[in-house]
Amino acid sequence: MTGSSMAVEPPLLSVKNLSVAFPTEDGLVRAVDGVSFSVEKGKTLAIVGESGSGKSVTAQAIMGIIDRKAAKMTGEIWLDGQELVGLPAGELQSLRGSQVAMIFQDPMSSLHPFYRVGDQITEAISAHRSIGAKAARAEAMEMLRRVGIPAVERRIDDYPHQLSGGMRQRVMIAMALINKPALLIADEPTTALDVTVQAQILDLIASLQGEFQITVIMITHDLGIVADVADDVAVMYGGRIVEVAPTGTLYHEPEMPYTLGLLSSVPRMDRDVSTRLEPIPGNPPSPIRLPPGCVFAPRCKYADRVPDGACMTTRPELLQAAPDHLVRCHIPSEERREIAQGVLRVLTGGAA
Amino acid sequence: MVAYTVRRLILMVALLFALTAAVFFLFTLLPGDPARLTCAKACSPAIIEANRHRLGYDQPVLVQYGQFLGGIFFGRTFSSDSPQPIVCNAPCLGYSYTRHQQVLTLILNAAPVTFWLAVGAFLVWISISIVLGIFAALNHGHWPDRLVMGISLVGYSMPSFFIGLILIFFVVLRWNWLPFPSYVSPFDNPLRFLQTMILPWIVLAFLNTAFYMRLTRNQVLETFHEDYVRTARAKGLPERTVVVKHALRAGLTPLVTAAGMDLAALLGGAVITESIFSLPGIGSLAVNSVLQSDLPLITGITLFSSTLIIFANLVVDLLYAFLDPRVTIA
Ligand SMILES: Nc1ncnc2c1ncn2[C@@H]1O[C@H](COP(=O)(O)OP(=O)(O)OP(=O)(O)O)[C@@H](O)[C@H]1O
Ligand code: SF4
Ligand SMILES: [Mg+2]
Repeated sequence: MTGSSMAVEPPLLSVKNLSVAFPTEDGLVRAVDGVSFSVEKGKTLAIVGESGSGKSVTAQAIMGIIDRKAAKMTGEIWLDGQELVGLPAGELQSLRGSQVAMIFQDPMSSLHPFYRVGDQITEAISAHRSIGAKAARAEAMEMLRRVGIPAVERRIDDYPHQLSGGMRQRVMIAMALINKPALLIADEPTTALDVTVQAQILDLIASLQGEFQITVIMITHDLGIVADVADDVAVMYGGRIVEVAPTGTLYHEPEMPYTLGLLSSVPRMDRDVSTRLEPIPGNPPSPIRLPPGCVFAPRCKYADRVPDGACMTTRPELLQAAPDHLVRCHIPSEERREIAQGVLRVLTGGAA
Repeated sequence: MVAYTVRRLILMVALLFALTAAVFFLFTLLPGDPARLTCAKACSPAIIEANRHRLGYDQPVLVQYGQFLGGIFFGRTFSSDSPQPIVCNAPCLGYSYTRHQQVLTLILNAAPVTFWLAVGAFLVWISISIVLGIFAALNHGHWPDRLVMGISLVGYSMPSFFIGLILIFFVVLRWNWLPFPSYVSPFDNPLRFLQTMILPWIVLAFLNTAFYMRLTRNQVLETFHEDYVRTARAKGLPERTVVVKHALRAGLTPLVTAAGMDLAALLGGAVITESIFSLPGIGSLAVNSVLQSDLPLITGITLFSSTLIIFANLVVDLLYAFLDPRVTIA
């Protein structure tokens, strides 16, 4: 905890111009390309985007689990006043699990099949604190109770394969929060779970977030769940952030054509049932051959509105459209809003 | 676990019964007259007939099999109506007339040689492969990895008798670094024992090392990409713990099965290596029994080796279930 000043607190996490590239035999994979965003303490930022847009790599960069020998990483990641990209491996290691924690998409494979769940949790405790085995076990038990594992006295000595998918994800959450981290990154925490369990897990994360005052980054490719959980949304495409806005703004006043495409492809409450879900035509760009101009240009319906084919040649910057609304698109803001409102009117059957 | 083991043991006994029957009938029904082989070339038909009766080869096959089985459980007596009957106590695997010794005695005399050969080679190959395999995996794509993979490829393509002959030729005959191999018990003369065994160990370990090095490397590399290894890292565990406790523990466990079975197969006799280095083990015994058409001996050795393999199967399964909690045995 830093000193409590009455002035505006700096964001807990601030990522500046982060790039991660993997040299491979086929060429340089630019998984993350100049990403910047920040998250205020206690808030939830959702990062959405199609498969391969660089969400997980961004998360792994913040966790410091990108293999530095295999990747070129530049930019800055500020967590609670500390810069992580330049931090030596040993110091990063001591932050992992204590300051930043992460839960993953597949709770089946994310827990070690050979060790009891209780032991996996106490291992996380003793990685950061010297504490007796008895006390660690009691703490693990308490945490398992809090994440809603029934019959904890028995379950704590179960192996992961003896638990259901939802229970395993609860164990992962317990393990992530056991050292009271400031930041929790949830990388598609519900994708691998049954629909009925998904909502429970999201509710659990939200309630624990309030209880422990954690800041959350929720990664998903499902815009549908974002509305319920996130304060802000960052839309990623081709390794870049293309739009950032408060959740309500993103839903009701989106500007970037890719965001419009995403919104058209998911069900929403105010959606006119007669309009079809419309997937974005085409495929995401290869991270090895990113388009030189706007990464979305090859799939963008509105690229020809920009004079001189600038969409194909000039990379648009992520610029302010409103104080907390950033958009990466060559079309002027006014015009973008008109387009967006047109699209939304069709989506909601004129109700919007 | 206990119930499972008992069930497996019962199954094992049943399997061995079936095996004795198969081995016995296979070798008994083979063309050739075992009675003929009991005496030298100049043998009168009368003597042959007498021997046939003495050995029981004039009985129906089923009766012979019954006697064989009875011998295993209760012992039996050969040439009971002759002045010098041969008493063979249970478990009696038969009597070798070419060597005038009980089959079990012959096997038990040869077994220690094979035991030391197999265990020594096993230790050599397992330790080298695991160390080099892990080393290669940790340096994936760099020169240590390439070197290990290269050695593995070369080792893979060299037949063991070739390596054995080359080693004998240079190390023993040319350079006289080691005396000519001649087996002694490690308890009688440890130095001589080592001098004799070092080359056979190397030869026998060679091929397996090539295989296990590659297996270890691939296993370990695979587990490095497992989600639970990423989780271990995300917990903030030291890299050593991540590698040893999380990656290697999972990556090396499957080796237990393969290594256990390979060791058992070796304990049943290493035919080529034993022959090259004139080691009087099970492998040499087997070769000679075949060359001499010594039917009781062939049957006995086959049973002995198969029992080892079946037993190893059980041990390996139990061990694996112990190491990997996902494997439920019930
Ligand atoms: N270690 C690596 N080596 C090479 N390329 C990588 C590596 N890790 C990720 N990539 C590539 O980087 C790009 C972004 O991957 P990332 O996992 O961040 O996508 P994502 O947005 O999380 O997608 P998904 O929704 O499928 O999880 C992908 O094209 C992926 O193939
Ligand atoms: S910059 Fe051009 S191609 Fe990119 S989203 Fe805007 S209009 Fe479409
Ligand atoms: Mg991902």
